[in-house]
Amino acid sequence: MIRDPEHEKMPRKQLEELQLKRLQAKVKDVYEKVSFYRRAFKEKGVTPDDIKTLADLKKLPFTSKLDFRDNYPFGLMAVPLEKVVRIHSSSGTTGKPIVAPYTEADVDMFAEVMARSLASAGMTKHDVMQNAYGYGLFTGGLGFHYGCERLGATVIPSGAGNTKRQIILLQDLGTTVITCTPTYAFILNETAKEMGVDLRETKLRLGIHGAEPWSEQMRKDIEDKLHISAINIYGLTEVIGPGVSVECEHKNGMHIQEDHFLVEIIDPRTGEQLPYGKEGELVITTLTKEAQPVIRFRTRDITSLSVEPCKCGRTLVKMARITGRSDDMLVVRGVNVFPSQIESVLLEVEGVEPHYLIVIDRHDAFSTDELEIWVEVSEQVFSDEMQKMERLEKKLRAEMDSVLGISARIKLVEPRTIVRTEGKAKRVVDRKELPNSGLIAK
Amino acid sequence: MVSRIKQVSVFIENQPGRLVAMLEALEKNQVDIRALSISDTADFGIVRMILSDGAKGAETLRQAGFTTRQDWILSAEIPDRPGGLLKTVAEPLAKAGINVKYLYFYIEAAAGKSMVVVKTDDIDKAEKVLKSP
Ligand SMILES: [Zn+2]
Repeated sequence: MIRDPEHEKMPRKQLEELQLKRLQAKVKDVYEKVSFYRRAFKEKGVTPDDIKTLADLKKLPFTSKLDFRDNYPFGLMAVPLEKVVRIHSSSGTTGKPIVAPYTEADVDMFAEVMARSLASAGMTKHDVMQNAYGYGLFTGGLGFHYGCERLGATVIPSGAGNTKRQIILLQDLGTTVITCTPTYAFILNETAKEMGVDLRETKLRLGIHGAEPWSEQMRKDIEDKLHISAINIYGLTEVIGPGVSVECEHKNGMHIQEDHFLVEIIDPRTGEQLPYGKEGELVITTLTKEAQPVIRFRTRDITSLSVEPCKCGRTLVKMARITGRSDDMLVVRGVNVFPSQIESVLLEVEGVEPHYLIVIDRHDAFSTDELEIWVEVSEQVFSDEMQKMERLEKKLRAEMDSVLGISARIKLVEPRTIVRTEGKAKRVVDRKELPNSGLIAK
Repeated sequence: MVSRIKQVSVFIENQPGRLVAMLEALEKNQVDIRALSISDTADFGIVRMILSDGAKGAETLRQAGFTTRQDWILSAEIPDRPGGLLKTVAEPLAKAGINVKYLYFYIEAAAGKSMVVVKTDDIDKAEKVLKSP
């Protein structure tokens, strides 16, 4: 279902005209009202009058997560606090939280892009949506909540956690749509099984998942186990929250709500714009946001854009599933490699632990010629026959070759060699730093 | 004399001290090594052993953090003379079309017998072949 055909199916030329008009106004707005942007523009020797076409976007300076930290809490705001009706927040990468203020118009736009997103995922006003995203400071809970109400469907604000109660509500209230992180979809399924409930026999038909990285394999698993259609949604606190982009029923990329968000792909090392189809870092400029607009925000998310017409009729560009973070990216003999790709290979080779370490002989900040991947040998894959061990090594090497596009050396190591860390694990280490890295157990 | 015995295999990285750590774990738990062979690459080795108590040895090593496994293999006595291995093991297996994956020797000290451990692609068939006179 297309909720807003006027914008979602707008001819590209007309859409670009609208984007330019909005960009020009927004750039003027932040230049006048936010000293951070005025300074940054001056440093680059650019003024709002220099933005004559969309191609002039590249003249503007980038905004990074660090700028949010340095201007905490209200330094990036373009309106006085009286105009703000809500403030969300997410944990920053460097200690200070990220603050996201909204005006009344922002709250309205947020609800509207979420209503569009839910419709794109396949929801109608007849659906009952159980919202298992966290309510509170996190943008997910309220974002889905207001989007659902705007669409006219029924929302059950169950929030995250209390999984047994979720299962009971889901059965008793006839939930048709579950919105949660992909990980939580698996937890729901496990808990349901423990309770003797088969989710495939409930009315559940659709899942809308995001807020964390996931894979096509995980989608297949969720769809099989829960007997639903699983849709990928994307967003960021710094930009608006969920609803920046979402898949349509064809599930081959997430349509970006381009009348509100102007996107580019850049080479994370040089900052140069890359053409459609090329993989790089996603950069977003908000075109309509009032309280805290962002200009050329570097998301650190790695993806690519496609402008190919979609069967659904939307003219909006699509972004591919996020394949990694630009911080984690490695350049090996000129090819971009992401730790998440390596993890996906390990998950697909049966019996191999998904614990790994990438050891590089560093040239500069993140480039190397040789890639060595340490893989732990579990009892499931260990054999007393050397031939079988060599076959395992060969299989891993071949899979890595085909997924990464370059050859990697596989080093089989003893179990628990690689230190387990809570949360985000460090996966890449310079061979010179290896002995003192704290990443090796023995 | 041919019999089926349990062999314990261990995955060991080629790093100083790993073999020592393995041997120490066995010693501490009073597990005796009857036979041992190592097959290795630049990065790792597969240590195969016949132990006085296979199950206890495997559990000991597992608890010490090693990847281990136990497999049934054949142990055969071979006469200590030229052609001993050829006539009693290698030739009969080859004639029966059985593939040898690996083999290694050991001495059964108490009885003073030379023994060979042999892993084939078909243990049932190999056992039958080696047992037939
Ligand atoms: Zn589409």
